[in-house]
Amino acid sequence: MTTPTTHATTTRTPKARGPRVIPVPTRLGGVLHLTVRKAIVTLVILLAAALVLVVSVGTGEVPIPAGRVIGALLGTGDAGDILVVRQWRLPRALVAVLLGASLGIGGAIFQSLTRNPLGSPDIIGFGTGSYTGALVVILFLGGSSLGTAGGALLGGILTAFAVYLLARTRGTGARAGLPGFRLIIVGIGVSAMLSAVNTWIILRAEVEDAMRVAIWGAGSLNGLSWSHVRLSAVAVLLIAVFATVLSERMHLLEMGDDLSTSLGIRTETTRILLIVVGISAVAVVASVAGPISFVALAAPQIARRLTHDSGVAIGPAALVGAFLLLGSDYIAQRIHPQTPLPVGVVTVSLGGAYLVWLLIHEGRKGRS
Amino acid sequence: MTTRLQVDHATIGYGDRSVIQDLDISVTDGSFTVIIGPNACGKSTLLRSMARLLKPTAGIVSLDGRNLEDMSSRAIARILGLLPQSAIAPDGIRVRDLVARGRFPHRGFLARNTPHDLEVIDQALEATGTTDLAYRLVDELSGGQRQRVWIAMVLAQETDLLLLDEPTTFLDIAHQIAVLNLCSKLHRGGSTVVAVLHDLNHACRYASHIVAMRDGRIVARGAPKDIIDADLVRDVFDLPAMVIDDPVTGTPLVIPTAT
Repeated sequence: MTTPTTHATTTRTPKARGPRVIPVPTRLGGVLHLTVRKAIVTLVILLAAALVLVVSVGTGEVPIPAGRVIGALLGTGDAGDILVVRQWRLPRALVAVLLGASLGIGGAIFQSLTRNPLGSPDIIGFGTGSYTGALVVILFLGGSSLGTAGGALLGGILTAFAVYLLARTRGTGARAGLPGFRLIIVGIGVSAMLSAVNTWIILRAEVEDAMRVAIWGAGSLNGLSWSHVRLSAVAVLLIAVFATVLSERMHLLEMGDDLSTSLGIRTETTRILLIVVGISAVAVVASVAGPISFVALAAPQIARRLTHDSGVAIGPAALVGAFLLLGSDYIAQRIHPQTPLPVGVVTVSLGGAYLVWLLIHEGRKGRS
Repeated sequence: MTTRLQVDHATIGYGDRSVIQDLDISVTDGSFTVIIGPNACGKSTLLRSMARLLKPTAGIVSLDGRNLEDMSSRAIARILGLLPQSAIAPDGIRVRDLVARGRFPHRGFLARNTPHDLEVIDQALEATGTTDLAYRLVDELSGGQRQRVWIAMVLAQETDLLLLDEPTTFLDIAHQIAVLNLCSKLHRGGSTVVAVLHDLNHACRYASHIVAMRDGRIVARGAPKDIIDADLVRDVFDLPAMVIDDPVTGTPLVIPTAT
């Protein structure tokens, strides 16, 4: 049933003007067109992230004012500041930026594949799967930190492929492929089963082991060093490159398998590549910091609302993800300075509120 | 007359169920071929196999003399454009951005739109009468406008062979005629058009060739005037009808007599 109000929106006067664009010459001789809005949003997020980084690095048992933090970052401050800022605190902030960006990319890919803002890796159960992997390594294989990371990686990847295979529909009809809603429902189911397994494993464990596991499971950026930064930087850079290369195909895939095939895309191959990149993006985070929820869910949608893009875009999602994780980690450190919270607790709390809002919002859209 | 698309002894279906068995058809250059037939007769299946969306389980589909299976999907995309029934417009996309996506098969690795791309996009908007809508959101267009935008996207693909799967479904009569007039204009401009249509009278009025199908077989093919008569309508649709000359165009006009 059409109501008069919906008519009112369609009879809006057509805007004959185009979006304003800034041509940015590239080094290859081409021209990159950025809309003004996107450029401004990008700049603002970058500035905000830089601000949070400076404030965050200045926070701790020995507070350092922003001016001295910047001095230390540039290498002009005194030796003590440089030690605290560069060696002790900067790695944590940089890892937050890198992992946040990675989560944003992973979220954008899965939300595009499922054509659904709920289609995020944490909802689909990869986080729970990584946790199971880490649990098995820590409790049964006496895991080193590298072993735990590997276990988390493997757990997440296996869960993802289990969900993918269960959600995929057979056949070659017009409805074949990967229906997004199915993926989400199957993911929630698999995730619930794995949580039960996780609880069962923890209940059988010794108290000290259970504590260690619980700390890992909360998702924390504590105790990260420059080696973590280098590892994350390489991984996230690779993921970002692959995601950028695939992004145009990803957007064409959103228009349906028939149309994207007729535009010359190998849909199944592209989808599997995207899933691999998306899982890697999330798995890297799980293996470095433990499962950090909701950044992947929220970042692409926040970015989309800020840039007014059609669909989720990889670049803005990565930026917002970096900002969100950095900001959450700052809150996690500040909220109770003596015993800093794991950042995962903060993202879950912020994300929970976001999820409630999203469900209400989508529910309203579905009914009208 | 050269043949653009050729289907040879093709058996086509989904899984183990074959919808079409041992079918032959050829589409000649510059024709406007319309496939008609009752629901589930295999019209869309045939069109999908011509567009390499469905691989025949037996037989060959060839495009300009080459087996579709030997060509890369991208190479096919530069020759043949398809408007499927199932196209999904991404949320919040603007008309021009959607049309620009049709340029994908012509773009190099990671390349942006060249001046030529932009020119083709503008021409596609112009040809479909959607220039004024270029910066509107696709979500807020009417069904008829949206269908014209989709056709513009296929035109931006710059192929002179167009396959359209039920392009007039869900449109009101005025918009149906607008879309068909657009197809006719493209046909007169030299494009080869293949469309699946439900309305027999539209098929008779616009098609240069009609292919009438039933139960996965071709019942008749040829120019509308040569093949459409009361017997054919009864054979294909089980519908008693009389066929008179269309007072406007002189093409056959089918009038159902069952009341």
